[in-house]
Amino acid sequence: MESDEGERLPMSRRPEWSDVTPLPQDDGPDPVVLIDYKQDFTETMDYFRALYRAQERSPRALSLTQEAIRFNPGNYTVWHFRRQILESLDADLHEELDFVERIAKSNSKNYQIWHHRRWVAGKLGTDAAIKELEFTKKILSLDAKNYHAWSHRQWVLQALGGWEDELDFCRKLLEEDIFNNSAWNQRYFVVTRSPFLGGLKGMRDSEVSYTVEAIMANPENESPWRYLRGLYKDDIQSWVNDPKVSSVCLKVLSIKSNFVFALSMLLDLLCHGFRPSEEFREAIGALRTSDPEPLDSDLGKAICHVLQHVDSMRANYWMWRKSKLPVAV
Amino acid sequence: MASTSSNETVTQREQSMVLEDVKLMYTIFADVPPKTKHLMLELHRDNHMEYLLRGLQQLGPSFCVLDANRPWICYWILHSIALLGESIDAGLEDRTIDFLSRCQDPDGGYGGGPGQAMLQKMPHLATTYAAVNSLITLGDEKSLSSIDRGKIYRFLLSMKDPNGAFRMHDAGEMDVRACYTAISVASVLNILDDELVCDVGNYILSCQTYEGGISGEPGTEAHGGYTFCGLATMILINEVDRLDLATLLDWVVFRQGVEGGFQGRTNKLVDGCYSFWQGGIFALLQRFHTIFGESMMLLDAGQANCTDSPQTTVESDISDGEESLDGTSSSGDEACAIQQGGRIISKGDEACFFQPGALMNTCSVNFGNVDRKPIERRAEREPLFNSIALQRYLLLCSQDPGGGLKDKPRKGRDHYHTCYCLSGLSVSQHCWSKDEDSSPLPGAVLGPYSNLLEPINPIHNVVLERYREAQEFFARS
Repeated sequence: MESDEGERLPMSRRPEWSDVTPLPQDDGPDPVVLIDYKQDFTETMDYFRALYRAQERSPRALSLTQEAIRFNPGNYTVWHFRRQILESLDADLHEELDFVERIAKSNSKNYQIWHHRRWVAGKLGTDAAIKELEFTKKILSLDAKNYHAWSHRQWVLQALGGWEDELDFCRKLLEEDIFNNSAWNQRYFVVTRSPFLGGLKGMRDSEVSYTVEAIMANPENESPWRYLRGLYKDDIQSWVNDPKVSSVCLKVLSIKSNFVFALSMLLDLLCHGFRPSEEFREAIGALRTSDPEPLDSDLGKAICHVLQHVDSMRANYWMWRKSKLPVAV
Repeated sequence: MASTSSNETVTQREQSMVLEDVKLMYTIFADVPPKTKHLMLELHRDNHMEYLLRGLQQLGPSFCVLDANRPWICYWILHSIALLGESIDAGLEDRTIDFLSRCQDPDGGYGGGPGQAMLQKMPHLATTYAAVNSLITLGDEKSLSSIDRGKIYRFLLSMKDPNGAFRMHDAGEMDVRACYTAISVASVLNILDDELVCDVGNYILSCQTYEGGISGEPGTEAHGGYTFCGLATMILINEVDRLDLATLLDWVVFRQGVEGGFQGRTNKLVDGCYSFWQGGIFALLQRFHTIFGESMMLLDAGQANCTDSPQTTVESDISDGEESLDGTSSSGDEACAIQQGGRIISKGDEACFFQPGALMNTCSVNFGNVDRKPIERRAEREPLFNSIALQRYLLLCSQDPGGGLKDKPRKGRDHYHTCYCLSGLSVSQHCWSKDEDSSPLPGAVLGPYSNLLEPINPIHNVVLERYREAQEFFARS
């Protein structure tokens, strides 16, 4: 079954299949989206249909699904039948993980593969946790933002465990690429859900420090800004009142470049009742180098005004935000 | 790890590569004479039609990996054709209806290919959505009456998990995509009831992330495809106000990058298909959230000096072509298409439904520049995203002059991207209009007015007129 396609012996000439009558696909007399199937593909699927119809859950059916999956890893029916066969045969599921890994290497963005992997790992239980974390790590080393791999990893942590080193894993990935939003998201997942950490409240101080540092290193990086806001989810008052939040905005503003996210956060703070000191007013005034108009006394309006100009892709949004400002912030 | 220049991360490096390509396109555009500009901004309708019609009939061997997605291919092509305002001849229409009927499962729902009497392909929610939308897009009585609504209802119900969410197929994956396809189909077929709706809103709500967007499953990353699906679902079940819409809007508005196109997630690469998934979110909020939507348009943008007509404004700024698209940017590419034997097709399966790909903008402040300079000149109702910049990205960077549309420069066309780039183009042309029945002003349409596509119902992503016909048909039957 590992043989090259060129040497593949047609199934019709293999004695072990002589008792099976292949079942061709009935596309109808004049089908649309007609695919010019390769011959091997057609033959494999014809035998697959025959076995699927007969619900033959045998070792040869298992190997046939393997061939069919190799031709088209997106065929969910084939995967589904494969699971039924694996169960009937009480097959070695560790081997199955190896099979999935081979397929996943060239098709790492396919819903079926990952769904199957989840099923297999779920059957194996907590013993599989380490292997699954290693597996997703491997896939993420090829593409650190693979959505399916991250979903799988989160499922493994929740269903099978292995939380202990997860924050460290996030830290390493963020060290490699601080712009990796998937790693930030995973960090949030760990901080909020790990049974070994103190949850959002317990972790907030250290997380805020970490995030502020990331912001100061790259103020144009949206990820830590959104993360910072997320750290105060469901506790808006703390967010508004925490001087660490307003001061990081002020620091970035005073650099006078890459300050869109700082302004945006400051605007949100104002909308939620933050009372700015004169320093903020001055910092915003200083951003308007060539504007002849005096600084709007309403700081929220002044911020929107600056954003309209420096963030012109979102000019309409900032105008709209301006029109929605609460009175006299 | 792996950064060639000492201080650039993978995200930054990939983003700057894409930005180079896009910048090059825009620079070329800026430097050509007006006549050539006009040509470059033209939607190549004839070539797109030729590409689509060819695909509807015959597909090469590389499409074997889409063998379990044939109703999807039908939908991508038929919807693209309908967006272009074209139709297929009666013979081809009959063949399509016949083909999709063969994909309909005797117990309800549609599978990925023909299965006839014996189950050979299980029904699947995504292909059910694709088949139903295809048949609505074809739109006559024969087509609509070929759908067995009673059985579809039972199929949908059997896909519902006790927690309220849906599974894609029997024992299949459960996510926001499944919820959307189930609820969309039920709604358009007029079979949505309390039992189908029960608790699905709780599931969607649990997927709104700290970023503001919606993820595929609780805990994962906010993503354009899932955000569209989650929001559309919440609108259909009348629970949209349970979402934090202000944060959602703030998240999506930042997904539009310097290129003018949208990225799917924070700090990812631009991808033409998100023109619909993200752009469509604005259309949903504007059209279907009455209170929020009403105030979501910039009505006569106040401050306007109205020195120019909107059309002049747009055209002149575009041809000024002052694109200084610099800005620190980053990225993460995504294989949305694979090339096999010289043919480019979308990568197998529903991976294409929501290409997890997209753009990134490590938003330096120097963005924009793509749009009109004097903001105060605008005197029209405008959407909250930059619809002209999006159209420019689609026409110049996502269009294959030989027919078909694509993710980004250097990528190949495929039917998936053709469908969603055109859907996004339609949304960005029509989002200026006061209501869904008024035609956009010329200023809302970048390039010749003949670029104007048919308007869509953004919830189901079918052409508006066909949606209404279907609505009427299923209301009385």
